[in-house]
Amino acid sequence: MKVAIIQFPGSNCDWDAEHAVNDVLGIPAKRIWHKSRLPTETEAVVVPGGFSFGDYLRCGAIARFSPIMSDLKEFAAKGGQVLGICNGFQILCEAGLLPGALLRNDCIEFRCVNQPLRVEDSNERFSRENLGPTLSLPIAHGEGNFRADDSVLSDLEANGQVLLRYDGNPNGSVNDIAGIRNPSGNVYGMMPHPERAVESHHPVQDGLSVLNAFFEPIQKTQSVELSPS
Amino acid sequence: MKVTVFVSPKTTVLDPQGAAVEQAMKSLGHESVEGVRVGKTVTFEMPGEDSPETRSKLDELCDGLLSNPVIEDYRFEIEQG
Repeated sequence: MKVAIIQFPGSNCDWDAEHAVNDVLGIPAKRIWHKSRLPTETEAVVVPGGFSFGDYLRCGAIARFSPIMSDLKEFAAKGGQVLGICNGFQILCEAGLLPGALLRNDCIEFRCVNQPLRVEDSNERFSRENLGPTLSLPIAHGEGNFRADDSVLSDLEANGQVLLRYDGNPNGSVNDIAGIRNPSGNVYGMMPHPERAVESHHPVQDGLSVLNAFFEPIQKTQSVELSPS
Repeated sequence: MKVTVFVSPKTTVLDPQGAAVEQAMKSLGHESVEGVRVGKTVTFEMPGEDSPETRSKLDELCDGLLSNPVIEDYRFEIEQG
């Protein structure tokens, strides 16, 4: 096992994430219950999407206090690779591993579409050269409206911490932000679902390049090709 | 004692729910209504009495779990039982 996929009560993209990482990318991955310890052999962590603890209080507000979160904070502080997708992104923000917060979409509607995205040159892995200038990835959320105070926002922009921006803003997110990383470049969060865009029968497959970019530091093999349908 | 915590979106933060409720109020004919904000209340019982220690415990509960300081403000009321 190299990749731990944290499973909270109410997570619902945990199996999809495990499938994408384990079966499609070929990196050994396992779902880890939120009351467990993070396995010592963990090389990367995915905090998957869903509705952890029913989104009660706020999205991610209760998951943030789950027992595994202290291990996750230590793992991240030591430079471990962490990716939060959708509710996982909300949890990482609540936990203070990423700045800002995700509010109700400004349209009030739950948005579920294949969303065009613009790629930012954030670092070597998350760059236009590596991912291409634009992507299409599924989004499915009611609270994806990223907000941060002005000083946090200007730091994010000045440090190149924005990974992806919406092309046609679906939720009111400030500066069209769809995904960010921390300053040291080991904690990543995004509202789009790369794990839902990895199979030839998926409407889009851009999740492969995004996941490959994230897992590059732990991946021994070359980038993964689509399996024939 | 009984504690009531009031959580509301920060005034500087957009409140889409409040905006939608305001729109609904206006469409019901209450056109002069303005500045609708939707928050939540959390009530609970806890032993002890109103004291600086109790208030600092409540701040700890409110600041992080019951409210997110990035987007929300809170205040609480204590009612001696």
